[in-house]
Amino acid sequence: MRIVVAGYGPAAHRFAETLAARGFTGGLTLIGEEPRSAYDRVALTSYLSGRPGTGAEDLTYPVPPAVTAVRLADRVTAIDRARRAVTTASGHEEPYDVLVLATGSAPFVPPVPGAERAFVYRTIEDLRAIRAASEHATTGVVVGGGLLGLEAADALRGLGLATHVVEMGGWLMPRQVDEGGGAVLRGHIERLGLTVHTGTGLDRIEPGRVVLADGTVIDAGVVVLSAGVRPRDELARAAGLDVGPRGGVVVDEGMRTSDPAVYAVGECALAGGMVYGLVGPCNTMAEVAADRVLGGAAAFTGADLSAKLKLLGVDVASFGQLSGALDVTYMDPVAGVYKKLFISDDARTLLGGVCVGDAAPYALLRPMVGSELTAQPSDLLFAGAQGAGPDGAGYPDDAQVCSCNNVTKGEIRSAIAEQGLTDVAGVKKCTRAGASCGSCVPALVSILAAEGVATGKALCEHFPYSRPELFEIVRVRGIGTFSQLIAEHGQGRGCEVCKPAVASILASLNGGHVLEGERAALQDTNDHFLANIQKNGTYSVVPRIPGGEITPEKLIVIGEVARDFGLYTKITGGQRIDLFGARVEELPKIWKRLVDAGFESGHAYGKALRTVKSCVGSTWCRYGVQDSVGMAIALELRYRGLRSPHKIKSAVSGCARECAEARSKDFGIIATENGWNLYVGGNGGFKPRHADLLAQDLSDDELIRVIDRFLMFYIRTADRLQRTAAWIEAIGLGHLREVIIEDSLGICADLDAGMERHVNDYFDEWSATIADPEKLRRFVSFVNAPGTPDPSIVFETERDQIKPVLLEVTRR
Amino acid sequence: MTTVQSVEAPTGAARNWIPICAHADLIPERGAAALVRGRQIAVFRAFDGHLYAVGNRDPYSGAYVISRGIVGTRGEEPVVATPMHKQVFSLVTGVCLDDPATAVPIYPTRVTNGTVEVSVE
Repeated sequence: MRIVVAGYGPAAHRFAETLAARGFTGGLTLIGEEPRSAYDRVALTSYLSGRPGTGAEDLTYPVPPAVTAVRLADRVTAIDRARRAVTTASGHEEPYDVLVLATGSAPFVPPVPGAERAFVYRTIEDLRAIRAASEHATTGVVVGGGLLGLEAADALRGLGLATHVVEMGGWLMPRQVDEGGGAVLRGHIERLGLTVHTGTGLDRIEPGRVVLADGTVIDAGVVVLSAGVRPRDELARAAGLDVGPRGGVVVDEGMRTSDPAVYAVGECALAGGMVYGLVGPCNTMAEVAADRVLGGAAAFTGADLSAKLKLLGVDVASFGQLSGALDVTYMDPVAGVYKKLFISDDARTLLGGVCVGDAAPYALLRPMVGSELTAQPSDLLFAGAQGAGPDGAGYPDDAQVCSCNNVTKGEIRSAIAEQGLTDVAGVKKCTRAGASCGSCVPALVSILAAEGVATGKALCEHFPYSRPELFEIVRVRGIGTFSQLIAEHGQGRGCEVCKPAVASILASLNGGHVLEGERAALQDTNDHFLANIQKNGTYSVVPRIPGGEITPEKLIVIGEVARDFGLYTKITGGQRIDLFGARVEELPKIWKRLVDAGFESGHAYGKALRTVKSCVGSTWCRYGVQDSVGMAIALELRYRGLRSPHKIKSAVSGCARECAEARSKDFGIIATENGWNLYVGGNGGFKPRHADLLAQDLSDDELIRVIDRFLMFYIRTADRLQRTAAWIEAIGLGHLREVIIEDSLGICADLDAGMERHVNDYFDEWSATIADPEKLRRFVSFVNAPGTPDPSIVFETERDQIKPVLLEVTRR
Repeated sequence: MTTVQSVEAPTGAARNWIPICAHADLIPERGAAALVRGRQIAVFRAFDGHLYAVGNRDPYSGAYVISRGIVGTRGEEPVVATPMHKQVFSLVTGVCLDDPATAVPIYPTRVTNGTVEVSVE
């Protein structure tokens, strides 16, 4: 049998190699237009590095032993199917029994003026030309921000050029990663000194400069076009073989064209309606064709387009499909890590994912595409990392665990190992992680556990119990004071960890004022002054604006108060107004004005319900299907003042367009035609999480009932500073549903009664405070000089408002 | 209040005691800021009535907020945690227990006829 292969690139090479491995003994002629046999195109960029082992010879594959003749620098120009022979550019004629088309693809050159001045990036000859041109240039432009374009950009950068990348799409590598991944990738690339232009294309190339469609002009000596490739199907077309409407030689699953004696493999083939540009699928096609030629029945039934590569030093991986009903995302812009998984709408099946900056999950997760999830999706984001598990244990070593003090997981692990640390306090002391805001303490606990260090559930050195256990002790024994609790169930006199936690438990169970009697001493400074401390020791004031709805009169009052007390004002993300720069002695005077105008505490200072955001809803919006504002106000008024293990945020959207961003909230409500869908466990922050759907199409009463139970169950059983997101991941959405909807533990009546008590007992903390001289005593600058304002508090002006003058800090 | 505490100067020399406030003005297990000869001092009343006075400036944030921290114990040591980023300082020595290289100044205190006095010499 005489086999002729038109083209001598990697697919042709793999075809010949497969035949050789199978002991093929017939005639095998390879005809390639390049002056050398096939070489490793994936490593092409390394060719420009000039490092040893990257020369053209090093990249070139050895000719497989089954090959009987090679014609280089020649090209098949015509196929005579009737006579079964091909003619080449040099006039040579070669008869065949089987012809294999492996003609590859050609870079797409956009039809713009001056395109002939640009280079393409495909062959060693192309690279040599680029290198020569770069010797006289300082700036280079790559048109195309896909995989190959970024390779080309890396090459230009390696040649010492200031490099620009121009991508027509909205972000880099639009075929492999989604927008968020593209943004993180862009950050990496810009940090390397490259300039990225997205959302614009090439308008024209003039001598020495490039003009983009948006008018940007870049003075550039070298322009490389990498705006995609087109299959080289002209031979097949001329020979009357079937080609696809958008190019590519049509083949069946045996890689056979419409002529049974002619096969096509690699980038020129259109298999199952797809043209494949990745080396993996092209190799598979070559192997299938070789098997078929030898009488086998192998089939090419499509290929996984998953890819994991390192571009410009950045790991980029994508696998499976890049969309899905649900997704979970992990983003650490500081470390430049972005990971997203796509999940079926029943949250049971992994559909695909994107990783930028850390491709560790790729190897584990790619095989799981299409199969049932084996863990919480958020844990899978950290699959592949050492000791993958919940919270901090699953973080990669370079993930920043403590953002206040910039401590990575790797540093924490080293400290645990080298210093023999056994508890969170030790980690705090050695690494400073968790020593500031404390929000990463749960992660520290799980990292300690993953390192084999048994950490107790103890809240701190004063109580050998977890927060939920303490809650039950206080509830069952009816304990009313911290002194009683620590005398009977703890030791010492408490600390900054247990005191606020117990204060919160007492508030949840017993109601009353947070500054009443002994409880005042338990409160963190925010709760103690009913305001939020800021970096210079002043406080901010946030009046409650339920649902974000406010009358012009009330807006004017806020403006007048801010003006009269010289406060900085800013609109918050929770649809209210924050007034900054108040001194402690001013707080009662500010609140007197606010209370007189009908405002109440917004509890921005507390671990408590913050706001219930809303969109404008069916009252005004032409898309709205329910009154989201009315519902948001009802919920905010119902749960205002509710103390909890951490802050609680909520939102209500009036239709599925979700303008209120309810799915990023601890409990979010989205209107449907039939009522309300309730989502729980969302949050933004360090580890963003979309809320899970808990119940659908609820009536107003049903909705409130389910939220009542959700919140009370959370307050009763969550750990200290555990947001609902982590809590739900710990107990499971299924368990939550069983307990609060099916009442599997028989505690729903209790939960309902607890919330009823809260609603009935609510009063405004600030009104009560300004009416009580005893509570007002604390609001003085100096106990011995109440008329003297703190002289350390100084402001300057920025954009017509005050800002704190930076304080001198001696350390850290 | 019957329990009083007096920290004598190491030299035994006579101190200049400055009255701050009535002992009853201090909330148990909370602090208060005082302005003493241009210095800001945080005065604390422990649960057992003991008084402590340290510098009001939090060396980590530069803000004068130590008096607003939560008071408690670490082991046997009476401590206060700065409200800004929760570093814990000994009320006895002023040293930061999380970072012994950092400390806040300490001042002797006493109670005379129900009045809290501090010495800043």
